[in-house]
Amino acid sequence: MDVIKLVALGVIALIAAYAADQGNDIAFRIHGAIIMLVSGGLFLWTLRKTGEPKPQIALDAYQDGVVRAGVIATAFWGMAGFLVGTFIAFQLAFPALNFEWAQPFGNFGRLRPLHTSAVIFAFGGNALIATSFYIVQRTSRVRLFGGNLAWFVFWGYQLFIVLAATGYLLGGTQSKEYAEPEWYVDIWLTVVWVAYLLVFLGTIMTRKERHIYVANWFFLSFIITVAMLHLVNNLAIPVSIWGSKSVQLFAGVQDAMTQWWYGHNAVGFFLTAGFLGMMYYFVPKQAGRPVYSYRLSIIHFWALIFLYIWAGPHHLHYTALPDWASTLGMVFSIILWMPSWGGMINGLMTLDGAWDKIRTDPVIRFFVASLAFYGMSTFEGPMMSIRAVNSLSHYTDWTIGHVHSGALGWNGMITFGCIYFLTPRLWGRTQMYSVSAMNWHFWLAMIGIVLYAASMWVTGIMEGLMWREVDDQGFLVNSFADTVSAKFPMYVVRGLGGVMFLSGAAIMCWNMWRTIAGHAPVEQPVSQITDADRHATPAE
Amino acid sequence: MGEQRLDEQTGQTTTGHSYDGIEELNTPLPRWWLWTFYLTIIWGVGYTIAYPAWPLISGATSGLLGYATRGEVAEDIAAHEASNAALVEQLVAADLTEVASGTDLHRYGIARGGAVFRAQCSQCHGSGAAGAIGYPNLLDNDWLWGGTVEEIAYTVQHGIRNETDFDAHYSQMPAFGEFWVRTEIEQVADYVLSLSTGTPIEDGADLYLDNCAACHGDNGEGMRDVGAPNLSDAIWLYGGDRDTVIESISNARFGVMPAWGQRLSEEDVRAVSLYVHALGGGE
Repeated sequence: MDVIKLVALGVIALIAAYAADQGNDIAFRIHGAIIMLVSGGLFLWTLRKTGEPKPQIALDAYQDGVVRAGVIATAFWGMAGFLVGTFIAFQLAFPALNFEWAQPFGNFGRLRPLHTSAVIFAFGGNALIATSFYIVQRTSRVRLFGGNLAWFVFWGYQLFIVLAATGYLLGGTQSKEYAEPEWYVDIWLTVVWVAYLLVFLGTIMTRKERHIYVANWFFLSFIITVAMLHLVNNLAIPVSIWGSKSVQLFAGVQDAMTQWWYGHNAVGFFLTAGFLGMMYYFVPKQAGRPVYSYRLSIIHFWALIFLYIWAGPHHLHYTALPDWASTLGMVFSIILWMPSWGGMINGLMTLDGAWDKIRTDPVIRFFVASLAFYGMSTFEGPMMSIRAVNSLSHYTDWTIGHVHSGALGWNGMITFGCIYFLTPRLWGRTQMYSVSAMNWHFWLAMIGIVLYAASMWVTGIMEGLMWREVDDQGFLVNSFADTVSAKFPMYVVRGLGGVMFLSGAAIMCWNMWRTIAGHAPVEQPVSQITDADRHATPAE
Repeated sequence: MGEQRLDEQTGQTTTGHSYDGIEELNTPLPRWWLWTFYLTIIWGVGYTIAYPAWPLISGATSGLLGYATRGEVAEDIAAHEASNAALVEQLVAADLTEVASGTDLHRYGIARGGAVFRAQCSQCHGSGAAGAIGYPNLLDNDWLWGGTVEEIAYTVQHGIRNETDFDAHYSQMPAFGEFWVRTEIEQVADYVLSLSTGTPIEDGADLYLDNCAACHGDNGEGMRDVGAPNLSDAIWLYGGDRDTVIESISNARFGVMPAWGQRLSEEDVRAVSLYVHALGGGE
């Protein structure tokens, strides 16, 4: 086994070395060098371990090592993504921050995909992988399927992030929003994602529970749909196998429609379905209350995953997209409103009987805030998909504000709550090092989000109105540059909101470090509870 | 499956499921939620009947209301055109020199002309009309073929040195590189450059007066009838450095402008002429 591994790693390192030397462009050559170093390092590591006795693994405990790594990676990439986001917010307010000496790498155009991918895929993705591994083991009462395959998923995903991020800075992009990585990075993500599906599905298939818990439905739909979206939207033919450039398979409006089918469902399945999976475990667990309605969870799950997949065309109102597709996108978006809210109702109403915890439990407060922002964005989204509203909001900052009330409010706050839930448990502490630091984080993040969303509403609606303003003879009144200068004060407010959100996350990292430092990881045994005594067990 | 139990705080029973201690309640769907969901579905069905929505084999349903986004744009444009019809008539009939600023007609001409300029002229003359190498700056008061609004309108209508309009402005400078030696070209170049200093040098003066002055004038003041540029100011169409002037003398220049009268409506030509005249240098 080790011999096969060594041969494979050696061959990969050699090919990567050739790519690093002979690649057609800088992004490809540097990626060759990164892959050469990683595979070379793994070769040496494997070689040194060959013949050593394998360490004993306690198979009767949950596999939480990979979850611990995931929690730390989530915090790390979160800081990176928030930092870049705050910086580019100020670049928009003060264009001089596109420093001459940093060109072309520090240009807004290259940093912007770095920010979006860092927060969605690095921060959000790590949070999803870590929590799904934690949840599926406990709700299935088995250890993760596939042994070290879970570690391959974790490290393979980090390599994907590094390749994507360095690629953007070096100009390696296929220019599809949220799907910027070039063809070979896409292929690598496909390999990692199939491994993720294997681990998750394998764990569910070997479960000791008769039924599959609702959180796992959401995670499974997220993993499968993201695989499908990723494969179709990234269909491309490389110009050369020794270069990063590729040509998209679809062209024109077909390409645009495929892109937004992907883009919208990245929101729907990555940022909504996956995170609802987190919500369905951590909220009842932290509240110590039963899930509000089993029936609602079934109905809203199936309605959500059926309807979301149709809603993409609302990103292409008033374009070359035919009217019929635009109408369908809008109609499905509006019907999606209640299925989306089903998740919010099931989350918030689970607190029925434990409302007082909002005052006393900072983790619950993060969850409640995240569900409130979830409800707000999933109302705002269908509203903005209405053609008449979209004619005002499209291409304006309103869209940016909408995305951020979802991303910072829903995805960010729930992830912070999960990190505060998991960190003490995974490292054997009773609670976080500092509860008041959690409160500081909460309020900084809340005020930051409010500043962000409110300033973007103001600039978005203002520039939408300015763009469409015509005089009595039908001529446009404002030039584009007029709207840019009018937005300046709100851009500064938005940047300050970013600073507050970032500061809150920095406090969280300090709190995590103080909680973890000097404490050994704690293995938790796989639950041996039997059906007979289970219903008698009080919720934690 | 475990046994169901009554949850005392909500009065609901549990499903009997328990996952890592998490139970689920048998709460029925909230009525308001369910009815709102149904309403959005009913509304959705109705909307897709009213508007273009369902793809068929070789097209899609067009909806009972006959709505189309392109139709909406066409209606908007038609409405503005109808309300401006009187102004268009006035613009075509008016003597351009008489259109006073501040009137509705002037405002309309400038706005319409600006739109024409940005769409048709800015590619060569720049979006701010500051020109580029080989393409005249339209903001200054240096005019090759005349700067009154009527002269501008003629230039726009017929163009310059094109082969499509017999009335286009036409002139051709000889390429002196074909019959002068290099030192003669350099002498004339230095002489031309000295014209704009106010104190012309002596070398090259004879060559200039014999060969160039007929069009460019004895003192380099240029001649609008033949589009010969003024050589005594600091404005240079192709550049005022020595190498460029030598290049111009050796090979000559042949700037072409299309006859916009063949491509634009009469009101567009008139409007863009008003616009260019008002940019700052109009006479």
